[in-house]
Amino acid sequence: MTETEPVAFPQDRTCPYHPPTAYAPLREARPLSRVTLFDGRTAWMVTGHDTARALLADPRLSTDRTRPDFPAPTARFAAVKNRRTALLGVDDPEHRVQRRMMVPSFTLRRATELRPRIQRIVDERIDAMIAQGPPAELVSAFALPVPSTVICALLGVPYADHDFFEGQSRRLLRGPGAEEVMDARDQLEEYFDELIDLKRKQREPGDGVLDELVHRQLKDGELTREELIALAIILLVAGHETTANMISLGTYTLLQHPDRLAELRTDPALVPGAVEELMRMLSIADGLLRMALEDIEVAGTTIRAGDGVVFSTSVVNRDENVYADPDTLDWHRSARHHIAFGFGIHQCLGQNLARAELEIALHTLFDRLPTLRLAVPADEIPFKPGDTIQGMLELPVTW
Amino acid sequence: MHIDIDQDLCIGAGQCAMAAPGVFTQDDDGFSTLLPGREDGAGDPMVREAARACPVGAITVSETVG
Repeated sequence: MTETEPVAFPQDRTCPYHPPTAYAPLREARPLSRVTLFDGRTAWMVTGHDTARALLADPRLSTDRTRPDFPAPTARFAAVKNRRTALLGVDDPEHRVQRRMMVPSFTLRRATELRPRIQRIVDERIDAMIAQGPPAELVSAFALPVPSTVICALLGVPYADHDFFEGQSRRLLRGPGAEEVMDARDQLEEYFDELIDLKRKQREPGDGVLDELVHRQLKDGELTREELIALAIILLVAGHETTANMISLGTYTLLQHPDRLAELRTDPALVPGAVEELMRMLSIADGLLRMALEDIEVAGTTIRAGDGVVFSTSVVNRDENVYADPDTLDWHRSARHHIAFGFGIHQCLGQNLARAELEIALHTLFDRLPTLRLAVPADEIPFKPGDTIQGMLELPVTW
Repeated sequence: MHIDIDQDLCIGAGQCAMAAPGVFTQDDDGFSTLLPGREDGAGDPMVREAARACPVGAITVSETVG
C-alpha cells in the first residue's frame, strides 16, 4: 500500500458507467486505502476483490448505522442514521430473523415463476411507447415503471400509489437535504401504517409478501408493527430504485457500445452473462458502509475497532487480478463473483428478481425497438451525483 | 466428492442453485439443499464455483468422504 493523500469519498462519476476518475489512485493502491468523508473523518476504503469478499463476510464488521461511530458519506445520511432500517441496517442475530422471514419470497424459483408476469409488464410499457410514438423519455416511460409495477405486484402494494412512493423514494435517497429525507421517511411510514390497517381488515388476504407478513407474522407476534413498516419501506425502495437505475444506465451503456449491442442481438443466449457483466461494470451501489467492532488485521494493516470501512463496488469489480482488461465490456468473460449485489449476510435479497427483470427488460426493449437510439448527444444527458445510487436522471430516446 | 451445506449459515441467496443447478436447489423455505441423487456432486465441475459463489461460505467441498 502506498501512502498518499486520502481521496475524498464519494465523488461524482465523469462517465456514468465508469468509476470517478478521482478514484484512480485507489486502484493503484489495492487492496486498501484511506478516504476522507464529508465531515472530515477518514475511513478505510476497500478496493481489492479478495479483501472485499473476506471483509464483507466478516462478522466483526457491523452494518448497524445507529452506532455512534458508524461512518456517514453525506450530511443527510448522518441526519437520519438513528432511524431504524430493516435488513441492511441491522446485524445478526436480529438480521437473521428478518432475512429468514423474507427468503421464501425471493428464491431463484420464485423469480423464475415471476418471469411471464415480468414479460407482460415489460411488453405493456413498450406497447404504450409505440402507441405514443417517438421520442420518449425512457426513465419515466420504461426504466422506472417496470420494476415499480413488479415490486408492487410482489409485495401487494397498489400500483395506483406509485407517484407517491416513487417520489418519496427519490427524496429518501437523494434529499437534497436531511429534512426531505426525514420527511420522506415519515410519509412512507404513515403510508404503510395505513396500508397495514387496510390489509388487516380484508376478509380475503391478497397474495403479496406484505399480506403474508400482516396475516401471519404480525398476528403471531413474530414481528412488531414498527418492524413490519421498516421492512416494507426497504423492500419497496430497494425493489424499484436500484433496478430502475440498472435499466436506464444499462440501456445508455449498450447504446454507447454498438458492437456489444449488435452481438447481443445476434445471440440472445448471451443476455444472462451480459446482465452479469453490466452489473459488474456499472456497480450502481458504489459505496457499501460498515464499521469495525473489533481490531481486524488485514493486508498488513490493522483496522481498529470503531473505524469506518467503505467498499467501492466499482473499484473492487475492476480488480485486474480477477478481471482481465476490467474497463472493457465483454460478454464472454466470466463476470461471476462481482460484488455489485454485495457479499456476506447482507447480499441483495432481491438479486434473483433483479436478474430476471434486467434480462427481460433489456432484451425485449432492443428486440422490439431495434432502431432505439439516443435523442440528444450522449454528453448532454444528466446522470445521478456520486452520493446516491448511480443511474440516469433522464434518458431521451427515439427509434 | 463430498458436499456439505451449513444450513445454519445459509441466507437463501440462491447463488449455488444459480451456479450449479444440476446439483443444488432451494427448499420451500429458500435454503440450499442438494438435489436427490446428486449428493456426490454428480461430477459437475460447477460445484466448486457454487461453493465460491456462496456469500456466507456455507458450502464445503471435499474430495473424499471423511
